[in-house]
Amino acid sequence: MKIDCKHVWDHISAYIDGEVTVELRAEIDRHLETCEVCSAVLDSTRNLVVLVADGRVFELPAGFSERLHARLDNELELDQT
Amino acid sequence: MKASNPEFEAECIRRILAGEKQLFHELIRPCERAIYFLLFSLLKNETDAEDAAQETVIKVYLNLHLFRGDAQFRTWVLSIARNEGLGRLRKLATRREDSIEAESEEHAGDFTPAILTSWREIPSEALERQELGALLRKAIEGLPAIYRNVVLLRDIEEMDVRETAAALGITEGAVKVRLHRARALLQRELAPKLKPFAPRRNGWFGRGK
Repeated sequence: MKIDCKHVWDHISAYIDGEVTVELRAEIDRHLETCEVCSAVLDSTRNLVVLVADGRVFELPAGFSERLHARLDNELELDQT
Repeated sequence: MKASNPEFEAECIRRILAGEKQLFHELIRPCERAIYFLLFSLLKNETDAEDAAQETVIKVYLNLHLFRGDAQFRTWVLSIARNEGLGRLRKLATRREDSIEAESEEHAGDFTPAILTSWREIPSEALERQELGALLRKAIEGLPAIYRNVVLLRDIEEMDVRETAAALGITEGAVKVRLHRARALLQRELAPKLKPFAPRRNGWFGRGK
């Protein structure tokens, strides 16, 4: 069975996460060898997944942890049980 | 993200309940980021997310005796955070169109990717440029809430499918479908905008003239 581009796009996320079957992975790999559009879509999607996971993209607000633990200390003090 | 350690958690909880209250700081510390980003994804506002995160942590402390150990501690904590966030959203619902429960999979939209014929890898070092981080944040914050949550927990907090499903109260299948759609939406939105961040053939990204 030969798969088309739409079929590849439908499985890109699962492919990146290693959640496709061995058979489907082989089909997709075969398609990617000759389809530069799907290769670019896969590469760009995978690249984005790596970039957004970088700790520099979403950081806790400055002082978040200090304020949280200070508030918690007040609460622990109040709790006399 | 730190892997959770059930033995450490169970021992901590036992000692906290026996009176070593200060240990709660150490118990909750590994969960802080996930609590905040889950709430940020729901509330879309740093101040509200921080306030809700503090309330969540206090509720966790006050209800610690109810934790049964049949779920992972962090999953339990995140379900408390989610309830806190949803409670606040309900209060705001009259002036928000983005109410999470009102959003269904129905108006799912078009998930066709941006069509490219080549892609030059953008290295993580490119994040030293503030504009790149800002573009990524804006795109994620602009996703519909049901997709934004899943991206934040799966791709940013790097939680597994099972824990994400438990924290959000949805099935594992829904996590996978939503993550797929979220990534497709991000690719379509971002891929055309990110090309300038790819390294130049001669020299480093964007630094040379």
